[in-house]
Amino acid sequence: MLLIYCPYCEVERPELEFRCGGEAHIARPTDPSTQSDEQWADFLYMRTNTKGIYAERWRHIHGCGRFFNALRETVGDKFLKVYKTGEPKPDLDAIAKEASR
Amino acid sequence: MSQPFRTHSGGRIDRNKQLTFQFDGEELTGVEGDTLASALLANGRHLVGRSFKYHRPRGILTAGSEEPNALVGIYRKGDQTPNLRATQVELYDGLKAISQNRFPSLDFDVGAVNDLLSPLFPAGFYYKTFMWPRAFWDRVYEPIIRAAAGLGKPPINPDHDTYGNLYAHCDVLVIGSGPAGLAAALAAAETGARVILCDEQSEFGGSLLSESDATIDGKSATEWVEDSIRSLSAKDNVTLLPRTTAFGYFAQNFVSLAERVTEHMADPDPALPRERLWQVRAKEVVIAAGAIERPMVFPENDRPGIMLADAGRTYLNRYGVKVGDNVLVATACDTAWQAAFDLADRGVDIAAIADMREKPSEALLSVAHARGIRVETGCVITGTQGRKRVSGALLGRVTSGGVTSAGEVTCDALLMSGGWTPTVSLYSQSRGKVVWDDTLGTFVPGAPVQNERSAGACAGVYGLSATLEAGYNAGEQAAKAATGKTAKLARAEANGADAGNGGILGALPHDRNASKVKAFVDYQNDVTAKDVKLAVREGMHSIEHIKRYTTTGMATDQGRLSNLNALQIASTSLGKPLTDVGLTTFRQPYTPTTFGVFANVSRGDFFDPVRRTPSHDWVVENDGVFEDVGQWKRTWYFPINGEDMHAAVARECETVRKSVGLFDASTLGKIEVVGPDAAEFLERMYTNPWKKLGVGRCRYGLLLNEAGFIIDDGVIGRLAEDRFHVTTTTGGAAHVFATMEDYLQTEWPDLNVWITSTTEQYAVCAVQGPKAREVIAPFVEGIDLSPDAFPHMSVATGTFCGVPCRLMRISFTGELGFEVNIPRRHGKMVWETLAKEIEKHDGTVYGTETMHVLRAEKGYIIVGQETDGTVTPHDVGMSWAIGKNKFDFVGKRGLQRPDLVAEGRKQLVGLLTKDPKVVLEEGAQVTKLANPPAGTSAEGHVTSSYHSSVLGRSIALAMVKGGRDLMGKTLHVPMPSGAIEVEVTDTIFVDKEGGRVNG
Repeated sequence: MLLIYCPYCEVERPELEFRCGGEAHIARPTDPSTQSDEQWADFLYMRTNTKGIYAERWRHIHGCGRFFNALRETVGDKFLKVYKTGEPKPDLDAIAKEASR
Repeated sequence: MSQPFRTHSGGRIDRNKQLTFQFDGEELTGVEGDTLASALLANGRHLVGRSFKYHRPRGILTAGSEEPNALVGIYRKGDQTPNLRATQVELYDGLKAISQNRFPSLDFDVGAVNDLLSPLFPAGFYYKTFMWPRAFWDRVYEPIIRAAAGLGKPPINPDHDTYGNLYAHCDVLVIGSGPAGLAAALAAAETGARVILCDEQSEFGGSLLSESDATIDGKSATEWVEDSIRSLSAKDNVTLLPRTTAFGYFAQNFVSLAERVTEHMADPDPALPRERLWQVRAKEVVIAAGAIERPMVFPENDRPGIMLADAGRTYLNRYGVKVGDNVLVATACDTAWQAAFDLADRGVDIAAIADMREKPSEALLSVAHARGIRVETGCVITGTQGRKRVSGALLGRVTSGGVTSAGEVTCDALLMSGGWTPTVSLYSQSRGKVVWDDTLGTFVPGAPVQNERSAGACAGVYGLSATLEAGYNAGEQAAKAATGKTAKLARAEANGADAGNGGILGALPHDRNASKVKAFVDYQNDVTAKDVKLAVREGMHSIEHIKRYTTTGMATDQGRLSNLNALQIASTSLGKPLTDVGLTTFRQPYTPTTFGVFANVSRGDFFDPVRRTPSHDWVVENDGVFEDVGQWKRTWYFPINGEDMHAAVARECETVRKSVGLFDASTLGKIEVVGPDAAEFLERMYTNPWKKLGVGRCRYGLLLNEAGFIIDDGVIGRLAEDRFHVTTTTGGAAHVFATMEDYLQTEWPDLNVWITSTTEQYAVCAVQGPKAREVIAPFVEGIDLSPDAFPHMSVATGTFCGVPCRLMRISFTGELGFEVNIPRRHGKMVWETLAKEIEKHDGTVYGTETMHVLRAEKGYIIVGQETDGTVTPHDVGMSWAIGKNKFDFVGKRGLQRPDLVAEGRKQLVGLLTKDPKVVLEEGAQVTKLANPPAGTSAEGHVTSSYHSSVLGRSIALAMVKGGRDLMGKTLHVPMPSGAIEVEVTDTIFVDKEGGRVNG
């Protein structure tokens, strides 16, 4: 079981308290009616499913209840960074470099 | 003392405490401190089981948890636990054990005919043999295979034991308490770090418990162990866990330990669990798992009496048991010589030491010479004799041209050693990659992936001095990494137990007919050297394929004994370096672990929470029948005077339509949506418009996902400008709430809205039927119930039976209806009050089945029954629920997708069978033709189907392609007994004008 750090509670808690919410930084278009069918299909279904560093939404559902984002390395199943909703997506290349050191 | 092979002194046993036990019904004795294996050996019993495939007689091979042969069933508390390793079963007075995989008895096993027929059962025989005739599979092959499969018999009764579970945190977890583990624990504990030391054995000390003449700090090895444990147990920062196997190493240094709490006791405290699961989160882990001796792969290396040399030494030095009177030692490494010397010093005849090396060390030769032991160098075993016990062995001289016979030796036990294999299982589980060490000729742990370090023999470090040093260092480093603290512990000085040399991998050369002899690689699965070679010849070139084809390494030891030998044989056959053949991955659990320790307390009532509504007790008293709806217990129907379900539901339905019914709707999900932007939020979530809904009014809401498909529905009431009472389906409550939170937090953080799940806060009594108003009126205060003041789809707050109430005038039956929401703690009182009241009006209580029939008569959908996640509002005829002028809502764009606006989608229709008595099967396919040709797609399927007692006929709802254009047409529902003719109708069967809800 993983330990996950909640950036709102500022504590590490077992995975049981959290739910994964899929890939992060996929914003719902503010006016969906302007989206072409391809764009909308992309929004609905297409995910990068990265082998490597993946930005995911997580929710501390049995804690504060809040969503936050996390970078998880999907091969070793390691959390590299967590950050609050609304904060920009970190530079994945820089994180990858740091992790490989 | 009746144990002829027990020594007179020495060992970690108490000869004064005699214990009686049974093996296959025979009464035997052992002593305190014995394992079942050592007690059997003390009685001269080597034969303890039959092998899996060939039913060959098998004896005890090891003294540890890797034991492949001595698997026994143990009777306890009236049932039997199979497949326990006799080498781990601690003896207690009255223990009852049975051997396995034999019929009718261990001595005479008819299954042994398989051994004679073995040419018929090569590796992969089941892939080749049972292919034809096809019809034989179900009735002949499978029953035979099932009967023959497995070793022990499963227990008959549900597990009568209890299991404990606890979470623990520590700075340093030390796994294994041999010299490396003990030194690591001592060094880490000295720094003040929180240390957990666990060992799978009953006693701490590991290999030190079998030492004969080595000393540490001038003390005997066992004295040093005792002193060390005494000093550790005196420290508050140390937790000692004997009989505790670290069986799983997971991410982030999460290690699972299984502690055997009571199984070694004859009469344990019933309050104690059988086992305890420790879920340990360790900042640092020291793996000190030691090494396992490798068997030698020579022909007939599996007869009872043949065992690993170090096991023989352990039985002698730790358990005071001689494995025989005349012992032959076959080896390719130094350590086995010590076993021979120890046995000789205890008066056991050593038939010979056969070392396959040309020149073993002079030191060993001179010690052997001094004891008068016959030594044969450059010599291998080429075969053995004896059926149920080894009686002799053939020796062969290894020459450049092959092997030539070097005579026979008689013996009653044969100790063998092919060298040592570091136990890298836990390191491998921690996702570390092992690396090949050419000097040692084995795999050792590579770089750490998690916060762990391997110390001692499991890292390929041998010899007592070096092992202790490695342990101290690992303990110090782990403590420092975990806590930042250091402390220098004085190093104990060791003498003796030096590292040996030598070792061999793979099958030994011999002068026998290679196609006839069996040289076992994996004992438990009866895999021979020949099988591995055959697998390679048949095209299995990866060790992963060879493993699955031959089953080598798939026994309960996960190949700890067999892997390297199998790899070497494969490597030789393939002509590839061993490292290119690969190594299979070690996985959790390290040793077989009980289901009980995993299931733990999550069984019976604790397996899943049960949710009960406030009417539950009343329903039980009044003989209501429950059905499970998710975790909820809901009342299905209320039979009276011995009614069956059909009769009860018919009566309930008719009564509701004629007078009145009471239904417990407490399970429906309820969400309180509050805030200045509450209406805007609902506007965005649901398809319907909400901004103009007046305070005190209700509206049916439809919830889609972004793809445009229906995922939930429910009535929403506006209690104030900024407050809504949202209801959801019973099953959808949690998901809808989570979805709302998701949108609020991540898509529309600008909205000022709070949502709260109130499902558990309210009990809901639904009163439905023409007399509903009369029933509730006496109890309502503060709400004008007249039709004009409180019309259909109204909501108001007031009191009911004197308690605060949210009253909704809504209907899921098509009748005049009210739903009384009261605080849950008053739910029982209100339910009982109403149950009594409806009797005055010739009413009835009703359950979910009647609720389903009544709503189907009205064509109301149930999300999850009419819909399946691919159904749009248009499909079910609910385009009216979509706010056409809304800028956006969840699913609006999805509804415009080409597939969703295409012609020919399935649409909700009613079906009436031509024969009104026939009730269709829900889920049945609907077709155009009565007998459609094979390959024809169905036009749709039946989603709901009931007998309607009100109409005196059957009714059904169905999703049918282009269904709304087929009104009045005839379709068919093919069934095994013949097709059923149906007519397509609209979806409303009762009160088509819908006037009754306004009553």
